[in-house]
Amino acid sequence: MADKLRTMQNLEAMQARYVGTGHADTTKYDWTSNIVRDSYASYIGHPPMLSYMAVGMGESKEKVRAQMIEKMVRGAGNPPETQE
Amino acid sequence: MATTSHMFMYSLTIQPPTAITQAILGQFAGTKEQQIVTASGSKLTIHRPDPTQGKITPLYTQDVFGIIRTLAAFRLAGSSKDYIIIGSDSGRITIIEYVPSQNRFSRIHLETFGKSGVRRVVPGQYLVADPKGRACMIASVEKNKLVYVLNRNSQAELTISSPLEAHKPQTLVFAMVALDVGYENPVFAALEMEYGESDQDPTGQAYEEAEKSLVYYELDLGLNHVVRKWADPVDRTASMLFQVPGGADGPSGVLVCGEDNITYRHSNQDAFRVPIPRRSGPTENPERKRTISAGVMHKMRGAFFFLLQSDDGDLFKVTIDMVEDDNGQLTGEVRRLRIKYFDTVPLASHLLILKSGFLYVASESGNHQFYQFEKLGDDDEETEFTSDSFSADPSLPYEPVYFNLRGAENLNLVDSINSLNPLIDSKVINMFEDDAPQIFAVCGTGAHSSFRTLKHGLEVSEIVESELPSVPSAVWTTKLTRTDEFDAYIILSFANGTLVLSIGETVEEVTDTGFLSTAPTLAVQQLGEDSLIQIHPRGIRHILVDRRVNEWPAPQHRSIVAAATNERQVAVALSSGEIVYFEMDVDGTLAEYDERRQMSGTVTALSLGEVPEGRVRSSFLAVGCDDSTVRILSLDPDSTLENKSVQALTSAPSSLNIMSMADSSSGGTTLYLHIGLYSGVYLRTVLDEVTGELSDTRTRFLGVKPVKLFRVSVKGQTAVLALSSRPWLGYSDIQTKGFMLTPLDYTGLEWGWNFSSEQCIEGMVGIQGQNLRIFSIERLDNNMLQESIPLTYTPRRFLKHPEQPLFYVIESDNNTLAPGTKQRLVEDAQSRDGDVSVPPPEDFGHPRGTGHWASCVQVVDPVVTKSVISSIDFEENEAAVSIAAVPFTSQDDETFLVVGTAKDMTVSPPSSSGGYIHIYRFQEDGRELEFIHKTKVEEPPLALLSFQGRLAAGIGPILRIYDLGMKQLLRKCQAPVVPRMIVDLQTQGSRIVVSDVRESVTYVVYKYQENVLIPFVDDSVPRWTTTTTMVDYETTAGGDKFGNIWLVRCPKKTSDESDEDGSGAHLLHERGYLHGTANRLELMMHVYSQDIPTSLQRSQLVAGGRDILVWTGFQGTVGMLVPFISREDVDFFQSLEMQLAAQDAPLAGRDHLIYRSYYAPAKGVIDGDLCERYFLLPNDMKMMIAGELDRSVREIERKISDMRTRVAY
Repeated sequence: MADKLRTMQNLEAMQARYVGTGHADTTKYDWTSNIVRDSYASYIGHPPMLSYMAVGMGESKEKVRAQMIEKMVRGAGNPPETQE
Repeated sequence: MATTSHMFMYSLTIQPPTAITQAILGQFAGTKEQQIVTASGSKLTIHRPDPTQGKITPLYTQDVFGIIRTLAAFRLAGSSKDYIIIGSDSGRITIIEYVPSQNRFSRIHLETFGKSGVRRVVPGQYLVADPKGRACMIASVEKNKLVYVLNRNSQAELTISSPLEAHKPQTLVFAMVALDVGYENPVFAALEMEYGESDQDPTGQAYEEAEKSLVYYELDLGLNHVVRKWADPVDRTASMLFQVPGGADGPSGVLVCGEDNITYRHSNQDAFRVPIPRRSGPTENPERKRTISAGVMHKMRGAFFFLLQSDDGDLFKVTIDMVEDDNGQLTGEVRRLRIKYFDTVPLASHLLILKSGFLYVASESGNHQFYQFEKLGDDDEETEFTSDSFSADPSLPYEPVYFNLRGAENLNLVDSINSLNPLIDSKVINMFEDDAPQIFAVCGTGAHSSFRTLKHGLEVSEIVESELPSVPSAVWTTKLTRTDEFDAYIILSFANGTLVLSIGETVEEVTDTGFLSTAPTLAVQQLGEDSLIQIHPRGIRHILVDRRVNEWPAPQHRSIVAAATNERQVAVALSSGEIVYFEMDVDGTLAEYDERRQMSGTVTALSLGEVPEGRVRSSFLAVGCDDSTVRILSLDPDSTLENKSVQALTSAPSSLNIMSMADSSSGGTTLYLHIGLYSGVYLRTVLDEVTGELSDTRTRFLGVKPVKLFRVSVKGQTAVLALSSRPWLGYSDIQTKGFMLTPLDYTGLEWGWNFSSEQCIEGMVGIQGQNLRIFSIERLDNNMLQESIPLTYTPRRFLKHPEQPLFYVIESDNNTLAPGTKQRLVEDAQSRDGDVSVPPPEDFGHPRGTGHWASCVQVVDPVVTKSVISSIDFEENEAAVSIAAVPFTSQDDETFLVVGTAKDMTVSPPSSSGGYIHIYRFQEDGRELEFIHKTKVEEPPLALLSFQGRLAAGIGPILRIYDLGMKQLLRKCQAPVVPRMIVDLQTQGSRIVVSDVRESVTYVVYKYQENVLIPFVDDSVPRWTTTTTMVDYETTAGGDKFGNIWLVRCPKKTSDESDEDGSGAHLLHERGYLHGTANRLELMMHVYSQDIPTSLQRSQLVAGGRDILVWTGFQGTVGMLVPFISREDVDFFQSLEMQLAAQDAPLAGRDHLIYRSYYAPAKGVIDGDLCERYFLLPNDMKMMIAGELDRSVREIERKISDMRTRVAY
């Protein structure tokens, strides 16, 4: 029992610390939102990738960077209607 | 297990990336002088701007083996030296300093705060330091912010606190800046947006109403914690912040830059807003809003201003007016914001203003620029816009403001630093008929695009070229006395005489010098204090200062065939094979040694070293004989002319030179014997200063002519000029001190000599045919010469004409007006208001228009005219995406140029309204293109390939084979071969290697009888392929968008089966495995290079070198992969890598192996960049590693440098 509790506590600590750590009740929306946000964070965090995309889009790096963070706000779009 | 992999490659960077991702300014050496520290890829470089010459020179570069994401400079109060903080992907904060005395970076602190890698919530994306150097904040895009307090202890050493957290979940940070608050508690400002609510609201209303806020985080130094002090909503489009000076210098606060506006904000001040002026002109859309993409604040005594750059590249000067009280004193309250057009420079990723009045522009694409300020735009005619006329409320609309473009008035370009970034495609081809191939690359974006030729060589500046009356055989220069600074005579030897020229204001012939003018000369030397000697076949002429001559005649029936001299010694070889040795007496006369040494064969070359400092003689004489040996003879008084050592050679030596040069192994200088052979081979061996033993021989093939060697002086160091079919220079690398041998970008010379005069202190004089040439070498730090041809739009792909030395470049620019549209707009405007001018695109860029594409195919001649010779524009919003030259069998093998285009393409999300394949006929040997026809296809053809006399095209996931018809292309065969989209095609035989945009490569076989395309093997890992090349029939090398380079191989059995006759049916009906083909490729090699590979090619880089894989990266990297031949070498380099990674851990705290295994474990690869760090280690560490590896330092260095020099530069 103690083991299970510790695992639970560890998992909770991980979830608090690292956004996107999944749990048993992760919804598809949560999951895709996390993927979207993780991806954009990775694109802007790797300088070659950001400038590769900027050249492809014909925009300045700074503009593409701001657009990508803006897309992180949106995540995977509107959440689904919750059923009561 | 990786170590037993049957293939290993040595991965080495030949040219580091040139894209600058971060640039900071500071007094890093602790003096008043400012330096620039830049990050390009994993390389951290410190540069010294030279205000007197207006040049920037790199001082030191270090590979940190990690991704440098952010840099910040800070200075502790009362100190005069700036430290550097690095935010990298190591999950650690690193503080380093530059140590000028040792010219290296030294790490002071390394504190771990999170996981490694670039992650959403691990800090490292933003890094700002308090202007007073008391604290710094490092933050991630989402949630996490850490504050470190910086201080000093009683020993005046820098200390760093444990991190203070200022986390806020579900909050994204757009920008961050440290506020200038003087000596109050440090405050950090962030542009934040919360997404918690919008993630909960299914209607989407919360997202619409979400606000962006400017948030102040205050570090309470007394309580040692961070509080969220102030938050206020700002413009929803804001994405950048700039620090406004505070304390005694200004009002403090920030400038918030959003779309079309710049707003001043501070917690205790009113907001002020100015719009960003838009360009006016016939081709400009008046509705298009600008954003600020870069900027810099500059503080001068008592004043400050901002230079902010819009995404067009226009710089705007922004100033802040403050309220004055009745006495004319500033109250610290802001009155208004002013903005006006300043000048236009290339779009920058970073701008830096130096105290010495220079502007450094780290360009986003193309060359980095260094400008000098002519003036600060204080009293010009430019319209100024103030915040008085605009409301500060972001929700209120306002009239846009416009300005007119003009030529540069305030900035003057003084230096342009070559940059290949972004390098979009390249080819390694030998076009100049040199012995080694050149690299051709298409680089840049928009109007700053260029076609570049890269050639290995040193730049030579020619001073004099003059024709002589007949062909000379040799040339020397000499000074008259030992104390002379400059040379006084040039002595030319002809077949039947000698000519002496004096060097002065003009160079003219002199006759009364005492030189024998009726015989050719073998050597000339300034001897002793003030006398000269001339050695000619019949004897030695000793010319004293008063023009008296002492002659030593050669013995009867013998002549002098070779001679060696230094300022105290002379040795000559007679035709009989005897060596006669002379030494200078105390009274200045030349005394012959009483014995002569008989050599075994005819002497072909002799060399005496320089007399070492504080000694009376050089103790060695090197003698080369026609029996292909070199002997070292002793010149010590007790063992004169005795044998010391012998070296056997592959051919007779044509030239010898004993020279002491800087050496990386010992750290000081070492005596070397340079040997040139008749076969064109050059050898360099270490000559032991005590025993005369020869060791550590390194060989290099220089050319087909016999090698002649000369001692010259370049940039203060002794160098060796080696002449064969082309001239080479051997010198020590400025940073590593390793020996470099680089060809000169100059005509072939027959003879060379050092030359020094008042006008040209370190020059060289040489003979080429009947010409005398005087030249010098200005730079040793750059051994890649670049030539640049401007292109019109962003290049996408290029190819070479199958026979002619011409290239065809396809170019396209998104959101740019096509020439036709531009023309129409200009004509409209002209009919309306008469004369209108359009600003030149090379300075101001092309006019932009959302959704428009401008595209063309250009013919470039890089050899003769070095320019674009013809150009065809695409109309109707088509953009070129692929190109191929196809010899169609159905047209009697006539080669056509095929260009694929996309119509109405949007990049993100990807879509288009189809594509076309254009066919062109080569006219006038390919100098002109004639349009034949075009064929519509359903999706853009992103890859084209000439395949067995027909055209293979990748259209979406479909591979299709076309033949050429009269009106259009004829579809012959097709198959869906990959899951997503074909981006690249390669072929050998009937095999086609198809790259998918994200599913790696698939091998497809074409069955001629059945006329079917059958995919038979694919990969088990998704790879977002950018480029591939077939290394052999089974193996493909490729690169992906994440910066990996990999090599995959088809299993032998599968490969054989695919080519069996009549196996079509069998292959076709084979059952697929896990939604793919029936077989899988094997991974042979994998490495992370950080830069995105854009081209890969199997090629040679130097004459006589092996085939290697040359790759180029998007940020301008040129790298290579060299296959290992022997297992022992692999073992050696593996253990060397391990030692280096442990002893000299990467600067930013990233583990080397984990870095190279960023996305997938590194396999079958040795990191040459890490191995070459060995040269830069301090001596004791070199010795320690050498001890661990059971080898000598020299041996290790030799192995490392051989890996490079055998195949590359």
